[in-house]
Amino acid sequence: MKNCEYQQIDPQALSVTPLSAQNLGEKKAQSPRRKWEVFPGKNRFFCDGRLILSRQSGILPLTMGLIVVTCGLFFAFDCPFLVKHLTIFIPVIGGVLFVFVAISLLRTSFTDPGILPRATPDEAADIERQIDTSGSSTYRPPPRTKEILINQQVVKLKYCFTCKMFRPPRTSHCSLCDNCVERFDHHCPWVGNCVGKRNYRFFYSFIISLSFLTSFIFGCVITHITLLSQEGKSLVQAIEESPARYPLSLVICFFSIWSILGLSGFHTYLVASNLTTNEDIKGSWSSKRGAEESENPYTYNSIITNCCVTLCGPMPPSLIDRRGFLPPDEPIPAASASDIELPPFRAKNDANMCTQSTKDVLERVVHSSDFPVLCSPGTPKTTPQVLNVSSRAAPTSEPSPSVGCTQQQARQSAATACPPFSRSNKRDSLHSINPAFRLASPSPTLSHTTLILGDAPDTGFNPLH
Amino acid sequence: THTYPLTHTRRTRYYINPYCITLSLCELRHSASLANKVFIQRDYSEGTTCKFQTKFPSELESRIERTLFEDTVKTLNNYYAEAEKIGGQSYLEGCLACATAYLIFLCMETRYEKVLKKIAKYIQEQNEKIYAPRGLLITDPIERGMRVIEISIYEDRGSSGSSSGSSSVSGSTAR
Repeated sequence: MKNCEYQQIDPQALSVTPLSAQNLGEKKAQSPRRKWEVFPGKNRFFCDGRLILSRQSGILPLTMGLIVVTCGLFFAFDCPFLVKHLTIFIPVIGGVLFVFVAISLLRTSFTDPGILPRATPDEAADIERQIDTSGSSTYRPPPRTKEILINQQVVKLKYCFTCKMFRPPRTSHCSLCDNCVERFDHHCPWVGNCVGKRNYRFFYSFIISLSFLTSFIFGCVITHITLLSQEGKSLVQAIEESPARYPLSLVICFFSIWSILGLSGFHTYLVASNLTTNEDIKGSWSSKRGAEESENPYTYNSIITNCCVTLCGPMPPSLIDRRGFLPPDEPIPAASASDIELPPFRAKNDANMCTQSTKDVLERVVHSSDFPVLCSPGTPKTTPQVLNVSSRAAPTSEPSPSVGCTQQQARQSAATACPPFSRSNKRDSLHSINPAFRLASPSPTLSHTTLILGDAPDTGFNPLH
Repeated sequence: THTYPLTHTRRTRYYINPYCITLSLCELRHSASLANKVFIQRDYSEGTTCKFQTKFPSELESRIERTLFEDTVKTLNNYYAEAEKIGGQSYLEGCLACATAYLIFLCMETRYEKVLKKIAKYIQEQNEKIYAPRGLLITDPIERGMRVIEISIYEDRGSSGSSSGSSSVSGSTAR
């Protein structure tokens, strides 16, 4: 498993090759590497970059196991009886449904959900230049938003500090995968991946077919038991002879059917109104707090059109070129890169040299939990930026969003051991820290609604002063 | 001649190696130095469909005629609109894919990918004919995550080290 820990992209290295800072000195003589090997998000790649999965793939094996075991029991115990008494089509239908479920699940899990590649340093510098207000260099302006009009509806675009760009509309940053995902729906631990623009249709077909499969199996089991009891045996005896005698399997069956059916219904509603789980949970488009009625600007105001667009629309390509090769070492671009001579690059470059060590220090420090590391809980996305804290006392003119207060923070905390912020503040900030600092994977929950971790810290994004 | 390893694969045929599109552009890169980069941002006024702003950036004022630039961006916008068009053909593709449990995507090229190939060819052609002679280079938006059209401004190495973008004389250009 390749180490895909996030590392600040070194602009000098990027113009040559996006290798990690450690490999800068190496002369590359070996075969060219593929881009997935240096991908900064928290993802795992299989089959040489063809398949992508979240690193926190959580309970995908459990999902697969449950489906396989349930279907296995069905085919082993119920089918022989039902084929004899009813029709041969029972296992055929079951088989077809099972294959469909399996394929949809695999497609959902291993497809790129619509990850946006991070901004190149040039791009990031250009954006910073455009929004940087003149004058203040020590006081940082509040976290950046940009308002645009979509179909006469005001939509706020947020600036993603990790990916260093303004997020397109409906895009959200998943903190578990550390990626911005287009049309972000939610991060599903059952599937082990984010659900976004590119794999939403697979996810939807997975839960719909799974609903059909579980209902079908449930129906067959009930039929089986009914037929057995009709043949003379009592109901209790019939249950004892079928796999339903294991109470656990019945309980699992019951709960899973209802939750799957509920989820299917919920997502059908979302598809029909062209919403994402993220928007629905946050109530972006419902009239809230008596404010002006904001309508969903993306809906086509027709259920059929919305369904067709979401499920049968054109399949967008993957924007992260996983299997492309890294550009080779080129001395000439390096020379031309130095011609640029923009101060932010240099400042960033210098800071980059410290990121590796600073990051290690900060990680150790966080786990010893007697050292505040974040400026405020309102800027969790600046976690990688936080690592830009230069251990030198000299203030840099670096246009990093939170560097002003983090520098002061670092200086104070370097000087004294007592945290300037309250304990609860620190705990909040630690809690909302990007899982770069979390070693244990979070325990998966059954409820999908609690998985919108990508945006939970967003609520704290408003200026915290 | 310079040989660079392929940066594109079977599925990503439309990703063009940004470092050497044609020999003339290679020469451009080696005889000129990168002075500045201009980024054309996305225009979201019509939703999440891919569309770029046609506003003419000030850094290019001395480099290229406004109409040529706007033509390029408008053509690109049209291509993207065609790729993302929802209509009979895309529905057919979608339903067929659903019926085959989406396995058809493994062997068939989607319409979007076909249009992306056309876009790559168009950009290459524009670079060769219009932009490279003026010391500019357009990077395919797909390589920047469809967020921006990146236009690199080159300056001839022979010219004095003037500030980026302000020089209106480029020795390598043939007007």
